[in-house]
Amino acid sequence: MSKLSPVLSAHWDEADSFTLEGYKRHGGYNAVSKALAMTPDEVIALVKDSGLRGRGGAGFPTGMKWSFIPQGDNKAHYLVVNADESEPGTCKDMPLLMANPHVLIEGMIIASYAIRANYAFIYIRGEVVHVVRRVQQAIADAYAAGLLGKNIGGKGFDLELVLHIGAGAYICGEETALLDSLEGFRGQPRLRPPFPAIAGLYALPTVVNNVESIASVPAIIEHGNEWFQAMGTEKSKGFTLYSLSGHVKNPGQIEAPLGITLRELLELAGGVRSGHTLKFWTPGGSSTPLFTAEHLDVPLDYEGVAAAGSMLGTKALQIFDETTCVVRAVLRWTEFYKHESCGKCTPCREGTWWLVQIIRDLEAGKGTPADLDKLIDITNNIAGRSFCALADGAASPIISSIKYFRAEYEAHLTHGGCPFDPIASTIFATVGQP
Amino acid sequence: MSYSPEQISIMDSIIARYPRKRSAIMPLLHFVQSISGFVTPEGIEKIAELLELSTAEVTAVSTFYTQYKPEPVGEYHVGICTNTLCAVMGGDAIFDAVSEHLGIANDETTKDGKVSLERIECNAACDYAPVVMVNWEFFDNQTIQSVKDLVDGARTGNPPAPTRGPKTLRTWKENSAVLAGLSDGLAGEGPSAGHASLLGLNLSKEGK
Ligand SMILES: Cc1cc2nc3c(=O)[nH]c(=O)nc-3n(C[C@H](O)[C@H](O)[C@H](O)COP(=O)(O)O)c2cc1C
Ligand code: SF4
Repeated sequence: MSKLSPVLSAHWDEADSFTLEGYKRHGGYNAVSKALAMTPDEVIALVKDSGLRGRGGAGFPTGMKWSFIPQGDNKAHYLVVNADESEPGTCKDMPLLMANPHVLIEGMIIASYAIRANYAFIYIRGEVVHVVRRVQQAIADAYAAGLLGKNIGGKGFDLELVLHIGAGAYICGEETALLDSLEGFRGQPRLRPPFPAIAGLYALPTVVNNVESIASVPAIIEHGNEWFQAMGTEKSKGFTLYSLSGHVKNPGQIEAPLGITLRELLELAGGVRSGHTLKFWTPGGSSTPLFTAEHLDVPLDYEGVAAAGSMLGTKALQIFDETTCVVRAVLRWTEFYKHESCGKCTPCREGTWWLVQIIRDLEAGKGTPADLDKLIDITNNIAGRSFCALADGAASPIISSIKYFRAEYEAHLTHGGCPFDPIASTIFATVGQP
Repeated sequence: MSYSPEQISIMDSIIARYPRKRSAIMPLLHFVQSISGFVTPEGIEKIAELLELSTAEVTAVSTFYTQYKPEPVGEYHVGICTNTLCAVMGGDAIFDAVSEHLGIANDETTKDGKVSLERIECNAACDYAPVVMVNWEFFDNQTIQSVKDLVDGARTGNPPAPTRGPKTLRTWKENSAVLAGLSDGLAGEGPSAGHASLLGLNLSKEGK
């Protein structure tokens, strides 16, 4: 039997998969009719029972998040879909929206109905114009077909859906910074509690979910929980998109049941590029601690990855072979966190700046062995002591790389600089390729 | 420069999308860029007036986000991803070669105003590394030569088409209008998905 389970990606190979017609050909929007025939509470209960967990990084149960929205409070509620996708390595939501924006819209209608929201937003990053076009068109077509707007499907449910386009800021993926940005402010995180379910957009009850989380809902409504739970592992149910990038023969998106291993995925993707071996990889983006070849058989589900000392995150598997200098890789990620630090709190704003200085010196062979300990010390003073999880993410590659590759940091000091040839790791390198 | 009645009515329609008008600040800034190519003082003043904010409040927002430009950029704004994965796969080498080829550094524009260069962060297309974005359209699987050809084409008014995007590359200002939420009718052009996006689907069809 196939290891794979294309659900979200099942029809991406069709020329019109992104159109309303293309989506409807395969039963698109049937789940809306089914959901609108249920009560909102029944929809929440079904999604809760399915075991669907958030695909945006933290893995919080989606149905439970919906159930936190106060009911009968006579306040406006909002659904906000997080399409900011800016975590380094993460590249699943953008191809999903390019190839099938309607599955997100269908999921949003169902989710909004469940949480009693009549206004919903998609917050999409601004650096992807063609994805924006596809989503814009899909929304317009859904309105024209009576799937959005007043009295959807004649069932008395109203929903306005607005596409909000960002302008380049990783921190706006953090859900409270996203809400500030959507309200028209600088995108800086808010203190929690209160959580968005109580005081979110415009201080009103709000659900923030990742694109893939919401896009998974129509299939659950359509096929039921037994079908969904047949995929995945005990506590990590269902299918998901794994994104392979870097030094693999065939990089790309592979949709599989949760719990597949990197060994299995690499086999499907043709292995590490020929003539080379796996050195280190991220299980879920740059904010999740690095893994090495030791971890090839870790089940890629929420518990499996956590038990091995990292996080499933966004399932962004960035693969690096033995030609890659881990210090160079970590320096570049650290420069990213420094650049993207929103500046609200001191440990992160000042700390990421210092981390960059120290790693730059280490990479250039200008540091001392004591700098390595200073690096660990500063990192530990930032992680867990800052206002939001961006700073924890910044710490992950540093701490994990020193854990597995301390000798490589030291080699930069004895070698008087980087012992690697950066050209050898490019795709245009001929060295080491048969 | 003052805004035409037509432009003001577009700005009003952008504001009307939202339950509270301050939320319109970001699309309005994109709209200002679609007219002037960057965030002009006049644009800031107009947005402040329409949203009943101070110009300082609007400027504070505009300077927070990297896509809002305080100075004009090229008609073709070339973003080369140099975050870790793309950098390692060739993005660093591409950036250095193209910067030398054009004689401009990061955040600079050629004298003819045609091409500007920016080191960009991860653009959610890692399975197509090395990635280059021109006016925020995807140019996948790039090489040093392909990007040199790209910028040469752009300077002579003949840029190649994006890999996953419309049939012809639109200008910076034209694409800024799309980011303001205004449709250019080109959603139907280009493929549904690139080859890498279809990896798992194709494997499953082979029974893997
Ligand atoms: C710095 C930072 C960046 C984030 N970026 C994203 C993002 O781009 N997309 C996303 O869905 N979640 C992102 N998150 C997680 C969100 O805060 C939030 O947990 C998520 O959108 C919830 O959706 P889910 O429950 O469906 O996973 C980010 C978190 C942090 C701390
Ligand atoms: S941890 Fe960093 S990104 Fe988060 S609030 Fe503090 S300064 Fe901003």
